[in-house]
Amino acid sequence: MTENIQLNSEGKLKHFLSIEGLNKTLLTEILDIADSFIGMNDQQIKKVPLLRGKTIVNLFFENSTRTRTTFELAAKRLSADVLSMSIATSSTSKGESLLDTIRNLEAMFVDMFVVRHAISGAAHFIAQHTAPHISVINAGDGQHAHPTQAMLDMFTIRQVKQDFSNLRVAIIGDILHSRVARSQIQALNTLGAAEVRVIAPKTLLPSHVESLGVNVSHDLTSGLKDIDVIIMLRLQKERMTSALLPSESEYFKCFGLTEAKLKIAKPDAIVMHPGPINRGVEIDSKVADGPQSVILKQVSNGIAIRMAVMAMAMQKQGAVG
Amino acid sequence: MSQILIKQGHIIDPANNINRIGDVYIAEGKVVSVTHEPAGFKPTTVIDATHKVICPGFIDLSTRLREPGQSRKATFKSEAIAAASAGVTTMCLQPDTNPVIDTPAVAELIKELAEKADYPQIYPIAALTRKLEGTELSSMLSLKQAGCIAVGNAQQAVKNLLILRRAMEYAASHDLLVMFRPNDYWLGNNGCAHEGAVATRYGLPSIPDEAETIALAQCLELVELTGCRMHFGQLSCKRSVIKIYQAKKYGLNVSADVAIHQLHLTENDMIPFDSSYHVLPPFRNEEDRQYLRQGLASGTLNSICSDHQPHDIDAKLGAFPETEPGVSSLETLLPLMLKLVTQGEITLVQGIAALSENPARVLHLNSGALTVGYAADICVFDPELTWQVNADNWKSQGINTPFWGQEFKGRVTHTIQAGKMIYSLE
Repeated sequence: MTENIQLNSEGKLKHFLSIEGLNKTLLTEILDIADSFIGMNDQQIKKVPLLRGKTIVNLFFENSTRTRTTFELAAKRLSADVLSMSIATSSTSKGESLLDTIRNLEAMFVDMFVVRHAISGAAHFIAQHTAPHISVINAGDGQHAHPTQAMLDMFTIRQVKQDFSNLRVAIIGDILHSRVARSQIQALNTLGAAEVRVIAPKTLLPSHVESLGVNVSHDLTSGLKDIDVIIMLRLQKERMTSALLPSESEYFKCFGLTEAKLKIAKPDAIVMHPGPINRGVEIDSKVADGPQSVILKQVSNGIAIRMAVMAMAMQKQGAVG
Repeated sequence: MSQILIKQGHIIDPANNINRIGDVYIAEGKVVSVTHEPAGFKPTTVIDATHKVICPGFIDLSTRLREPGQSRKATFKSEAIAAASAGVTTMCLQPDTNPVIDTPAVAELIKELAEKADYPQIYPIAALTRKLEGTELSSMLSLKQAGCIAVGNAQQAVKNLLILRRAMEYAASHDLLVMFRPNDYWLGNNGCAHEGAVATRYGLPSIPDEAETIALAQCLELVELTGCRMHFGQLSCKRSVIKIYQAKKYGLNVSADVAIHQLHLTENDMIPFDSSYHVLPPFRNEEDRQYLRQGLASGTLNSICSDHQPHDIDAKLGAFPETEPGVSSLETLLPLMLKLVTQGEITLVQGIAALSENPARVLHLNSGALTVGYAADICVFDPELTWQVNADNWKSQGINTPFWGQEFKGRVTHTIQAGKMIYSLE
């Protein structure tokens, strides 16, 4: 990235669009701030007044329940006013362009947009064209990035494993279409993981996947050797109709995580999944609900991470005046 | 009619092997002499070309002027001015207008629009198939008679090889040139960026080299089968250059061009999600760029086109994959060619030939040269004059160029089309 529009002139987070362009110090700061929020989950009053008087709009051009809910909760716990809009497929069908939608909302004195969109680069585009005082948080754009998901995964890994430097992490499944995987790979490499391995058939890997800084395996059995963290990705049903895979059952046979396959990884390996899970397609129920699974922990951590990112992106305004 | 004398310039006329200081004399719309003053010549206009280059006007094998159908993007009038200021005196117009150039009526409308824009030398390329849909043949002979210079597929893939074979056979029967941009519909998969490290990093739908090279290989086989005269346009990758080289060596009657920006930019030059870099075929990698440059230097690719595609602001305002592809590129054609000369990739003579003599040969036009008796299509440029790509200098209605704001060396000072001065730099 030649220009980093994510940072303000003081190097503080202004937008959170992708992991790329953010250094280890900043990523660690996000994790540390999230840590300070995590205790709030157990308190009677789950609120801090950090963003009181601020207006946040969740702009979801693509359906999502979990991500939208956790962003909403995170905003509310920071005492912001939050409005969630689901804009079915795209308002362009009504003749309104993405930019018109943004301009209209800007006119309502919004301070932050949380954006999910089916097209790669959408959040980037909005950040470039929105008014200078508005922050943009990317809640997933096409196949490009899903940085808050990646950071909540990093947070979960750090909770269990403390340090990244000795970790070997395997990401398994549909890397090609996964914005989560791209952001995870960048975050793991920035935080200094010992190895990031992707395991998938060639049809589910992007053409130059090695250039992302990963090792590649097409075999789950050999691929899981020495692994500390296993990240399973969701498999969409349309991968079958577009001839990327023959069937769900054959996929499960080759790349589904079962108890037997889990034994190949290190004994204290943890199992993660960004959700929602396809039980019996990419992961066996016994593994998803088993002792090594941290899948529900990921969901709880999602709120703290999103609070951290929102608070940081808003803080820049106080500093600037 | 006016008589023009262009004095004391560096004449470069590759077709006639002229490369020296001298004068060019124009009368009755034609070149009447090079170097020697004809008896009784009384110029009404004198152009002092000292320290400037005099060469044939440029012939652009691929442009889109957006009329009919998309005049919000550009018009014949706006783009004729841009072309004149760029030294371009002849333009071929791709058939993907709205309506498509697949009936004589549309071809005639284009001729009319060109006349109205005071820029008559616009040649429509007729659609190879009706509506460019790849299912039925267009009325090629009628289209030829209505002034179409060739038939082509614009950006549309021809999915069915049997239809392509028949279209090529039919074109060959009427000695029509086929101008073809090879791209396989299925392998292209509606992508918007080169299948490489950059598309991988940014999660952009990608187009592999093979979408071009496989379609090219199939088409070369059909050239041998049908005996069709074929010109491949806007090639973008290494193995396409190799395939054209081999086909020519083997004796096939084919030629090929490259779009000027492909000779300069690669995927690594793209500013992330900046839609001004959204082109088809996409910017590929450094090795591809090197092969395209070598292909030009060796003559495997004999022509450079602008592949001019002006857009309105809205067309480029959106998330990268949703924006429309194409660069407004007439006005950067000469300076980008001169940059190749400065970089030692080609000689100035080669560069000028690729913009004049060679495309004229592809089109079988008596043009692209300062031959006595030819229509006087002439470009005079100052190779040392620097200018910036900005709103003050830009003429095209489309400002969609990745070179916006950049400084360039080399600028056209005078353009003459059929003996008429259509541009002079104030």
